[in-house]
Amino acid sequence: MVSEMRIVVMCKSVPDTMDVRFDPQTKTMVRAGVATTINPFDLFAIEAALRLREQHGGTVTAMTMGPSAAQRELQDAIAMGCDDAVLLSSPAYAGSDTWATAYALACAVRYMGEVDLIVCGRQAQDGDTGQVGPGIARQLGWPQVTYVSRVCELDLMARRIVVERLLEDGRQTLAAQLPAVMTVLKDANLPRTATLRGMRRAHRAVVPTWGPEITGADPRLVGLDGSPTRVVRVFSPTARQGQVQWITAATPQKVAEGLLAALTAEQLV
Amino acid sequence: MARLKIDRELCIGCGACVDACLYGALALVDGLAVVNDLCVACSACLDVCPVVALSLPAAQDASLSADTASGVWVWIETQHGGAAEVSWEMLGKGRELADARRVELVACVLGSRCQDLALSAGRRGADRVLLVDDPALAAFQTDVYARVLLTLVTAQRPEIMLFGATTRGRDLAGSLAADLRTGLTADCTELSIDPENGCLVQTRPAYGGNIMATIVTPTRRPQMATVRPRVFEPAPVQGDRVPTIERVAMPPVGELATEVLAFVPSRSDENLGQARVIVAGGKGVGSAEGFALLAELAALLGGAVGASRAAVDAGWVSYAHQVGQTGRTVRPELYIACGISGAIQHRAGMSTSRVIVAINSDPTAPIFDIAHFGVVGDLFQIVPALSAALRQQLGDQQ
Ligand SMILES: Cc1cc2nc3c(=O)[nH]c(=O)nc-3n(C[C@H](O)[C@H](O)[C@H](O)COP(=O)(O)OP(=O)(O)OC[C@H]3O[C@@H](n4cnc5c(N)ncnc54)[C@H](O)[C@@H]3O)c2cc1C
Ligand SMILES: Nc1ncnc2c1ncn2[C@@H]1O[C@H](COP(=O)(O)O)[C@@H](O)[C@H]1O
Repeated sequence: MVSEMRIVVMCKSVPDTMDVRFDPQTKTMVRAGVATTINPFDLFAIEAALRLREQHGGTVTAMTMGPSAAQRELQDAIAMGCDDAVLLSSPAYAGSDTWATAYALACAVRYMGEVDLIVCGRQAQDGDTGQVGPGIARQLGWPQVTYVSRVCELDLMARRIVVERLLEDGRQTLAAQLPAVMTVLKDANLPRTATLRGMRRAHRAVVPTWGPEITGADPRLVGLDGSPTRVVRVFSPTARQGQVQWITAATPQKVAEGLLAALTAEQLV
Repeated sequence: MARLKIDRELCIGCGACVDACLYGALALVDGLAVVNDLCVACSACLDVCPVVALSLPAAQDASLSADTASGVWVWIETQHGGAAEVSWEMLGKGRELADARRVELVACVLGSRCQDLALSAGRRGADRVLLVDDPALAAFQTDVYARVLLTLVTAQRPEIMLFGATTRGRDLAGSLAADLRTGLTADCTELSIDPENGCLVQTRPAYGGNIMATIVTPTRRPQMATVRPRVFEPAPVQGDRVPTIERVAMPPVGELATEVLAFVPSRSDENLGQARVIVAGGKGVGSAEGFALLAELAALLGGAVGASRAAVDAGWVSYAHQVGQTGRTVRPELYIACGISGAIQHRAGMSTSRVIVAINSDPTAPIFDIAHFGVVGDLFQIVPALSAALRQQLGDQQ
């Protein structure tokens, strides 16, 4: 195997705001603006990939499945330092759930051939499932290392990566054979900003668009048709009923006593 | 039956596919490749076959048909050597779902020397406990666990499978759903059965809790979901119940591509999931030193320290303490939010706490919308005063 790493970073284009509401009248999502951005969690993935390239040589390819406008996010990724980018865009992909997304992305990676490492974000800001990374890994039959807070070691000769993962009850150090899929936490690094040179490069970059006919993805397994799940209803969450009970008093000491009395009454202390 | 097709005319018996298979599903018999039931149709072998003798017919053929699938399964997760609380919560919810479907509730216990866990799962209402007890399962590894569960699922065909929305659960469910080509709904906060078609109706927050989405998996089985910790009530222990435990031999899992090198348990003050009391701080706490005040109060209350993302981003406290959409989901008896505004992403992780106390200098902060007790004031005065009052009360009791 070559000693140069080939890394693919999966980055999703998401609405550039969390201020998304559901309009029950029109049954559509109301987005404060139409602007999109790279999924914030994927910036950590890009940074992790760039650092590995700086240490070990090789190339970093940014990949997005999304509408043709997502081209802009891929250019942002190139501006940050990615070598090139691929956009998976086709009417056939529309309506993909996490299974179909993972399948489409995995097919594209298989089509590229000779990839050593795929880096994903922990989760997408909108869909928010964290399922696509493990899904890609299984589609390719590669090992996965998820919730990575630190890359400890990468040994290209031994084809092995060692990472630290943050679990609920502790930190696990895990080694995996390459090629592998890694998903990173924001703990992992501090993403760099685009440089002027990067932006110029991004401006010139030609991002190819691949549909299923190019990657060889089975058209029946992508998009809505290929998605095992269906969203049947979207609605606004109901706010918690009930009123706050204010604790007021003249001095902090008296407030503290009042609060303590209330907590004692609730048998909390 | 394996979906992989092998053209015996084309096969030259080179064994390349046998080497490529991660699952030990291929072997050479009489100089030709044959596939067994361990095959998960991952297609890794297709690429290596020099003569294109292997093929995978459309995945639909392998679907676990909705008519034959039956039973609600819950994966019992181990944390800190015992069951993760969310496992018991899922058994509680799972009981309801199984009763609504009139099917059995099955607990899957995987691990090493985990007989006790299996007994507990039985006492918490599982009709049947599938126990795979093997040294190879001592440390959780997605790879191994997924293969074992896959074997069980393909043999027994459950209709519903629940996992905790924890790091391990999300990983495992994500892998399994990919292999089974079935739907997986993340982070569910409501689960019920549609009385008309018997489908699992799964509701979950999206966009950081700004909207709720209801999702179904109409045709594929099992219907899979990860379940937010601390949303459902844990199943009660029925002491007199005699659990039905079915020991299953460890299936061959072949060679592994991952290896656990070390595990360092988290410190107790990081242990948000188990904490009865959490004292959490946000941007208003202002510094790492500020967090020492919260730690002092937390220690007096026997609790843990939580934080908003703003405080974590500022570097005052480590990510392990973050509560919210991108941190931990917690449901302690008491949550004291100090200098936290209460953004929707923060509330997503703590709004189901039994009693919420908010201490904030801004009376219009949204945290007061969900707080049970509110104090408008300077946390640097209130928190030390509370610690002092508490110390005095504790002293009086002795
Ligand atoms: C995709 C996404 C995911 C996110 N995930 C999370 C998450 O998991 N968890 C999370 O917490 N956030 C998350 N956030 C961020 C969230 O939107 C808020 O920015 C964050 O929670 C704000 O933290 P804060 O309340 O500490 O800070 P602020 O909003 O700045 O609030 C500080 C509060 O402190 C009060 N204050 C200041 N000084 C004092 C004083 N001396 N005494 C008393 N009160 C004082 C102020 O009145 C104010 O209300 C996420 C955001 C996005 C976009
Ligand atoms: N459409 C997409 N294009 C590229 N990468 C994606 C896409 N969807 C998800 N991902 C990757 O998968 C991760 C988890 O996404 P999710 O499972 O949707 O929460 C993201 O952080 C991305 O790295």
